[in-house]
Amino acid sequence: MNNDFILVLVVMTALSFDFTNGFHDTGNAMATSIATGALPPRIAVALSGVLNLVGAFLSFTVAATIASGLVDSSIVTLTVVFAGLVGGILWNLATWYLGIPSSSSHALIGGVIGATLAASGGHAVLWHGLAQKVIIPALLSPIIAGGIAALGTYLVYRTTRTIGTRARSHGFRIGQIGSASMVSLAHGTNDAQKTMGVITLALIAHGTLSSGAKAPYWVIVSCALAISLGTYIGGWRVIRTLGKGLVDIESPQGMAAESSSAATILLASHFGYSLSTTHVATGSILGSGVGRRGAEVRWSVAGRMATAWVITLPASGAVGALAYYAANGIGGTAGVVIIFAVLIAVAAGFYAASRKTKVDHKNVNAEWTGSVAPSEAGWAAVAAA
Amino acid sequence: MNSWIDLHALWKIVVIGILAGAGLPVLFAVGLRALSAAPRLATVGDRPVTDDRLYGGNPAGLTVAVVCFAVVLAAIGWGIYSIVSSS
Repeated sequence: MNNDFILVLVVMTALSFDFTNGFHDTGNAMATSIATGALPPRIAVALSGVLNLVGAFLSFTVAATIASGLVDSSIVTLTVVFAGLVGGILWNLATWYLGIPSSSSHALIGGVIGATLAASGGHAVLWHGLAQKVIIPALLSPIIAGGIAALGTYLVYRTTRTIGTRARSHGFRIGQIGSASMVSLAHGTNDAQKTMGVITLALIAHGTLSSGAKAPYWVIVSCALAISLGTYIGGWRVIRTLGKGLVDIESPQGMAAESSSAATILLASHFGYSLSTTHVATGSILGSGVGRRGAEVRWSVAGRMATAWVITLPASGAVGALAYYAANGIGGTAGVVIIFAVLIAVAAGFYAASRKTKVDHKNVNAEWTGSVAPSEAGWAAVAAA
Repeated sequence: MNSWIDLHALWKIVVIGILAGAGLPVLFAVGLRALSAAPRLATVGDRPVTDDRLYGGNPAGLTVAVVCFAVVLAAIGWGIYSIVSSS
């Protein structure tokens, strides 16, 4: 049946989104640990990958929240889900290329809403649910996380005034391993669930599952693997921005920031809010910069990021809507296949462009010179090291 | 305002967030400080001398440090437990 083929493409696209979600978010847990040297870059991403994998299995509260509280799930079709994923993936790739930490969750939600708007118009979107469950938490969570991190950083520096600098750095680097691990675990429980929810939704739309069913085991395993593989590949560009571009970070700040992130994410999801781990992590890092006297905070970089955050929902929505119009316009299976091919071509393009200004585990810690890819001087310093 | 923000949940998130997100690093810091304290005999004025080593050699300090780290680990364990049990 044609629908089966579309379903296969949708599942593949969803797992691809999960993969981009993985490497986009590695930095949330590991950027501070890599920047301070608490963990060598490749070990950090490997650890994060393993913990994401474990975390994905820990909690089975499948978030059909992605669609149930945001759009009218009775009108969702496979093509809508597909177009939504395309919107999310393309936005993730664009922001990854630019080294901007942006929310994969919002990219996914934006894409799905955009595609739904294109398919069924504004009445199909539950605007109140969107505001209450997505937009308002998105505004509040970085502020809360930042505040907690600022407080923690300030208190930590006061408490350890009598310890020698080297000993303090050493001790907090060990602490960072623990706090970064917790964030990776929290991320695995949170973000893998979203893709599981989308695939489940696709299965429901296809008719394989009845409404309200739980995710089948193969969905859980494949999503867990996809996100952990993506994490291991390591979004070095984003890691660099988070670890070097925002704040020149010391290990006590790193530990305070990651602890604040882990606490905020775990608490909020306990109460049912599906947060953006990126917003929380970035807020924490900024907060830790504020909390240490004499720390430099590059507000221009923060401002660029905030702009990216504000436009994530509408931008990915626009791409999702476009993808829907194109796929639906061409019609049927051919439409989905053609847009799938376009997606692969665009992704390949981003990847090729990124190789020209390559950021990897070797230069991720080079001095920040104003843009995500290190300058000539930065490269020279790395080569000399 | 109440239909937009669940103030009850927000309050709990902020309070427990501060206790766990800021409190645990502070507890860890207290542990580090206790760990690095030098033995009582080595003092300059009223302040214990530290020579930039992680373990300063004071057995009482070590005890306090172990207790602090144990509490931090227990809190992390409780955190993982609540993830699993709320699934």
